[in-house]
Amino acid sequence: MSSNPVPSSKPVKSIDLHIGAAEPGCRKRDPILIADGVSRTFGGLKAVDVDHVEIPRGAITALIGPNGAGKTTLFNLLTGFDKPDSGSWTFEGRSLSGMPAFKVARMGQVRTFQLTKALGLLTVMDNMLLGAKGQSGENLFRAMLPFFWRKQEEENKARAIDILTRFKLDTKKDDYAASLSGGQRKLLEMARALMSEPTLVMLDEPMAGVNPALTQSLLDHILNLKTQGMSVLFVEHDMHMVRHIADWVIVMAEGRVVAEGDPHEVMRNPAVIDAYLGQHHDEDLGADPSAEKEHVVAIKELLDDEF
Amino acid sequence: MIDWGAIFSNAAVELISPTTAAYALAALGLAVHFGYTGLLNFGQAGFMALGAYGYAISILSFGFPVWGAVLVGIGASVIFALVLGIPTLRLRADYLAIVTIAAAEIVRLLFTTNTFEPLTGSANGLSGYKGGFAALNPIPEGSYGFGPFEYNAYDWWLRIVAWTIVVLACLFTWQIMRSPWGRVIKGIREDEDAVRALGKNVYSYKMQSLVLGGVFGTIAGMIFVLPRAVVPSNYQTSLTFFIYAILLLGGAATILGPVIGSMIFWVLLSFFSGFIARAVEAGWLPFMTSVQAGQLRFILVGVAIMLIVIFRPQGIFGNKKELAFVK
Ligand SMILES: Nc1ncnc2c1ncn2[C@@H]1O[C@H](COP(=O)(O)OP(=O)(O)OP(=O)(O)O)[C@@H](O)[C@H]1O
Ligand SMILES: [Mg+2]
Repeated sequence: MSSNPVPSSKPVKSIDLHIGAAEPGCRKRDPILIADGVSRTFGGLKAVDVDHVEIPRGAITALIGPNGAGKTTLFNLLTGFDKPDSGSWTFEGRSLSGMPAFKVARMGQVRTFQLTKALGLLTVMDNMLLGAKGQSGENLFRAMLPFFWRKQEEENKARAIDILTRFKLDTKKDDYAASLSGGQRKLLEMARALMSEPTLVMLDEPMAGVNPALTQSLLDHILNLKTQGMSVLFVEHDMHMVRHIADWVIVMAEGRVVAEGDPHEVMRNPAVIDAYLGQHHDEDLGADPSAEKEHVVAIKELLDDEF
Repeated sequence: MIDWGAIFSNAAVELISPTTAAYALAALGLAVHFGYTGLLNFGQAGFMALGAYGYAISILSFGFPVWGAVLVGIGASVIFALVLGIPTLRLRADYLAIVTIAAAEIVRLLFTTNTFEPLTGSANGLSGYKGGFAALNPIPEGSYGFGPFEYNAYDWWLRIVAWTIVVLACLFTWQIMRSPWGRVIKGIREDEDAVRALGKNVYSYKMQSLVLGGVFGTIAGMIFVLPRAVVPSNYQTSLTFFIYAILLLGGAATILGPVIGSMIFWVLLSFFSGFIARAVEAGWLPFMTSVQAGQLRFILVGVAIMLIVIFRPQGIFGNKKELAFVK
């Protein structure tokens, strides 16, 4: 753990992840997660309708798309927090369809939430310890007899301190999570997820609300996950961040995967530009100039990447 | 003139009465449900009724020994908890509240109806089941104690057993709530999806909590009927609300809160009823009959509890810091 986080130089990108052309649903050399025909409707709205998508192992994959594209819904489906109308998916070769959320997490596919879920009236340390897997003291009968779990608890605490220090939260360890700022809660949620030693970390907008000074160190944390052998799938609206750390980008719009590719090439894809503009193609853009401006900015960011 | 000595000594007696112990234990069960797990159980009276009737019926109708009768009561409440929990614990918290309040009423009405009169005694209830418990009493015949706390051997035996159970239940709860198990439970209270995302079987933990707190309620129900008879009208929804009042008075997520809360509740109740009854006799409240006066005590206790909750909303033992974050 570096005590003074040097802004990382150029992160090492994983390349050569896919087989064949970089098109929506393309195959990966070593996929950790494969989803087929996953769909979810809310009333008449098809929130998710993904034919085929593969998430590469040992890489950082960004899931991008305009608001309401279905990114969070897809997260919910893949992690067992929501039930699809149809579809199946495998994680590390094992089928996860219909599996309850807690079992998915136990298999090593751990997520965070777009709306942060810090456990407010637990201390930061307790939040962390809750993340640890396989605790014998979580059984009611062994809970009564501390000698069954005290040693494991100490080990988990040491690991928690270690992670908290990396996230600069170690001084807060005895505070209630409710006393943390919004950005700190994001950090805590991510740190807590790491306590379970996941193989695939799914982060829903990890940067939202984190101040720019902290963004760099958070980026480093995410890059670190890859160094430690984890695969990362994250949802993000900030194109700079996506460009900076993602090895692969999946673009969703209106529930579908509309483009895939490495972060540089995918931005050239007309389908991506369409995705960001397209949602208002058939509407009167003039009615909401601020929305239009937002999209122009997003596209400018996409294009910036070219140069 | 008003006999203040009698009023105070009658109130003091409630400090260690078995009824106080029973309410304390039932409130501790609610602390497990509501204070620690965030489960809204509004049917604690139903759990208590199952304890009372399970114990009495086992002895009167089936000739069970004391331990057998206790096990029957506990078994009944475990089944009751499962029946309540299986359909509702996957749903939003309010569903459990609705289902428990209704289920407790169903239990009470089943015990009240004439259909099962031979077993339940219908509206008259049951009595004459105390022999087995009294026979276990190692204290020789006689009267012991001092001042207002002077009891015969049975009454002392009952108080010792009741408060021993309360102390053991407190120690047990304290121990499990500071364990990793308790951490999961408190996590569920804060946000069950977050806990699920960390690989914990939330449904199973909620069920364990529901069963555990329900069993506390059931044992409380048994303690409650040892100094009196089993009467179905004692198990109305208002009983659950009194226990909630005790819980909030003492502090919802605390161990000692339910115990001290119960003591305060009963001492205050006894004090007010003694005071009002004598005040009416002494002609201080000419506008009131003694029947009306009997109701007034609940109003005064309500006011007293409101004052405590307003000026100390986290309860007596609750953590002020914790409350700062309650929305
Ligand atoms: N529980 C729900 N009930 C009804 N509709 C829903 C529900 N959840 C999501 N939706 C709808 O599904 C669509 C996709 O929502 P989702 O939250 O997945 O979008 P998103 O891509 O995560 O967007 P954002 O970037 O704004 O977070 C939206 O149109 C939304 O209104
Ligand atoms: Mg979202």
